[in-house]
Amino acid sequence: MKDVALLHSPFDPAAEAARFAAALPEAGGIASFVGKVRPGGGVEALELSHYEPLTLPGMEALAEETLARFELMGVLLRHRVGAMRPGEPIVLVAAAARHRRPAIDAVDFAMDHLKGDSWFWKREKRADGWHWIEPREQDHHDLARWKQGEGE
Amino acid sequence: MPVKLVFLGKLADLAGAAEKDVPGPLDWPRLLDALHGALGEAAAGERVKLAHNGAILADKTRLAAQDGDEIALLPPVSGG
Repeated sequence: MKDVALLHSPFDPAAEAARFAAALPEAGGIASFVGKVRPGGGVEALELSHYEPLTLPGMEALAEETLARFELMGVLLRHRVGAMRPGEPIVLVAAAARHRRPAIDAVDFAMDHLKGDSWFWKREKRADGWHWIEPREQDHHDLARWKQGEGE
Repeated sequence: MPVKLVFLGKLADLAGAAEKDVPGPLDWPRLLDALHGALGEAAAGERVKLAHNGAILADKTRLAAQDGDEIALLPPVSGG
């Protein structure tokens, strides 16, 4: 089961995760991750922009790849776009499996790819105005972990 | 119907707008002619990709767009 959505308004990750779990009663383990706008650091708001023809199809392809790579019963991806305040949820990934390891690894895999290899652009508002966020080297390292052993 | 250029991320700031219409047909040199100053320099940089009607071009210098097409200029993604 694959459940992917790009959201333009605030969402409740706990409610989404509960719905996902309820739809997969046969699962033996469900792992999830919620990413939020990090409070502090002088950030007043975060704005994520996307490109409709690429962003959602890219998320759908990531969900397919995650299902193909791990022994899962289902995967859920939710990602916000638009303006958000500190503490607001940005992303939810959940994976359900018979056993814990594929579920945990699948969430890790999907998050690394959402952070490092998805069509989102981010800017944050501080006291002196808006600043575009450049790609982080750490995100590329996180992504590279999954390429090892693939002969790439 | 012209070719629609779509600017993502900080390229929209450099362009001063999220979109711009230019007359087709449009190849790479004509695209660069249509973009001025810092925007043109950024577009020419190797980290900026082009999508033609939603498909990433492996080699942006081989752009060949017709009237009615959409060309998106995509700077490096900054992560979800």
